Amino acid sequence: MDPLYTGPVADPGKPGEPPYTRGIYPTMYRGRLWTMRQFSGFGTPEDTNRRYHYLLDQGQTGLSVAFHLPTLMGYDSDHPMSEGEVGKCGVAIDSLADMETLFDGLPLGKISTSMTTNAPATILWAMYLSVADKQGVPWTALRGTIQNDILKEYIAEKTYIFPPRPSMKLVVDTFEFGARHVPQWNTISVSGYHIREAGSTALQELAFTLYDGIEYVEWALRAGLDVDDFAPRLSFFFNAHSDFFEELAKYRAARKVWHKVMTERFRARDPKSAMLRFHTQTAGCALTAQQPRNNVVRVALQAMSAVLGGTQSLHTNALDESLALPSENAARIALRTQQIIAHETGVTRTVDPFGGSYFLEKLTSDMERGCWEYFDRLDAMGGMVVAIEKGFPQREIQDASYEYQMAVERKDKIIVGVNDFVSEESPIEVLLIDESIAALQAAKLKALRSSRDNGRVRQTLEALGTAAAATNVNLMPAVLDCVRSYVTLGEICDALRAVYGVYEESVI
Amino acid sequence: MSEHIRVLVAKPGLDGHDRGAKIIARAFRDAGLEVIYTGLRQTPEQVVSAALQEDVDVIGLSVLSGAHMTLCPRILALMKKEKLDDVLVIVGGIIPDPDIPKLKELGVSAVFQPGSSTEDIIAYIRSHVRSHA
Repeated sequence: MDPLYTGPVADPGKPGEPPYTRGIYPTMYRGRLWTMRQFSGFGTPEDTNRRYHYLLDQGQTGLSVAFHLPTLMGYDSDHPMSEGEVGKCGVAIDSLADMETLFDGLPLGKISTSMTTNAPATILWAMYLSVADKQGVPWTALRGTIQNDILKEYIAEKTYIFPPRPSMKLVVDTFEFGARHVPQWNTISVSGYHIREAGSTALQELAFTLYDGIEYVEWALRAGLDVDDFAPRLSFFFNAHSDFFEELAKYRAARKVWHKVMTERFRARDPKSAMLRFHTQTAGCALTAQQPRNNVVRVALQAMSAVLGGTQSLHTNALDESLALPSENAARIALRTQQIIAHETGVTRTVDPFGGSYFLEKLTSDMERGCWEYFDRLDAMGGMVVAIEKGFPQREIQDASYEYQMAVERKDKIIVGVNDFVSEESPIEVLLIDESIAALQAAKLKALRSSRDNGRVRQTLEALGTAAAATNVNLMPAVLDCVRSYVTLGEICDALRAVYGVYEESVI
Repeated sequence: MSEHIRVLVAKPGLDGHDRGAKIIARAFRDAGLEVIYTGLRQTPEQVVSAALQEDVDVIGLSVLSGAHMTLCPRILALMKKEKLDDVLVIVGGIIPDPDIPKLKELGVSAVFQPGSSTEDIIAYIRSHVRSHA
């Protein structure tokens, strides 16, 4: 980086106009604030439902569901692999009955909901649609997002179940189903967040994420979909890490590159297909366990970069997340942080206030160039699925993560409270998850399995297996039938595992 | 002191957060330790059987999901059954302070929380490894 940047710089254009470097809307937050959407879930569906009501009472404007690991990995809470994990990293959802409890008293026609689910995305989406049915809300009125980004699971987050190829088919099924029946739903949130959390650089986060986006479009086109039928519903999800201007450049470059990809590579005609909309979450990996109160400051600065970068929705991390799931107090401070940025700082009054800055424009074009270079390498490999099978993005991220750690250990990089400015602080209160939750969920499952129509369960599961084996049948209707018959998430995943097999990563 | 310390780096439980485990494995290798990495989602039985087969001096468990108070005791009990008494067990990840004394009582030698340096962990292993000849 140079000590000073001088002009001239190329004109970055106007917000709301292609290539959207400065924002996808002409008025941005003057017209409407970003959605304040805190990722939340723990314990039983009853526990999390209470937290959702609390957060909405405190001024949150959208919901975001964190499921526990057994749900994400396709196991019911009473499965041996679930031992010790129930309700820990998110809320335990085993069947439609749990989903009904989770959204009890929350009007799905009025609130948008994001669900972080990938391998079992079809199932949890089907459960959400079924809850809407029970609330009498038409699917056309539903707004929300399923993360549904399986590629970054193989690359970074590692909560995969099935191998890449059948998994990609399931993703395309949701694109097609959403376009026909749930038109306001974002059927994917192509995510760089987890790539960054796994240790990538900002550039790798950008390049691998956008290239994942390319891969999804390619697969959907190969399945016979028209680009403008599904591309307007593709959304993205980025990390807000600590290097303030680098992050700003990343968001701006993302919009510019995606516009070019969609208009030139895929010849999209609908302007919405080429407008990159994104959610942002502040960097969990930048939180420190030491002097955790300082995390409030880190989160505020990271959130500011996301806002100045033109995010459509934002999650601000709680100060205690390096230690546990957030306590109610910590969750409230995290939400207040966004409200302070929105209502006190004045940054919402003008669009892309840093636009035209010598430094930022140079960083943005460097970021863009680096992104195209990665795209060339990935194209040459034959696309992202092949690159993943070769371990390419995994290796790049691992190297970056090791270099970061070594820079911290050499003190080339200072982390306040960790490798410098160390001091003792009194401990903070943390949320403890009650171990009895596993027994509660197991009892619910037992009751469900004895009270439901098990003939119907067998029938719908069999139909699901047949549809999965057929390879050219959209699986959503069969999954919906299972869910409505109170087939559990674990049972549905078992049926799919029997057809698709499971993915085992080779250690790189 | 000869440098043939064999370490099993293991990820029990369902969480896929392997950034720490992989950094640790690489730092150990760079420091001259022999490392066997189990990969993700190992059951306690798989971890202990790998430790036996590989004849390791140290087991490093990485858990970030909050399941450590279920998984670690089970691994330690299985180790006792297999008479792996002289194998050093260290744990890393998101481990809240109140759980550390409980884990130590069960036989965990040290717990490394977020922010620990690989250098400190390697130094700890070198000064505490028991079985190595």
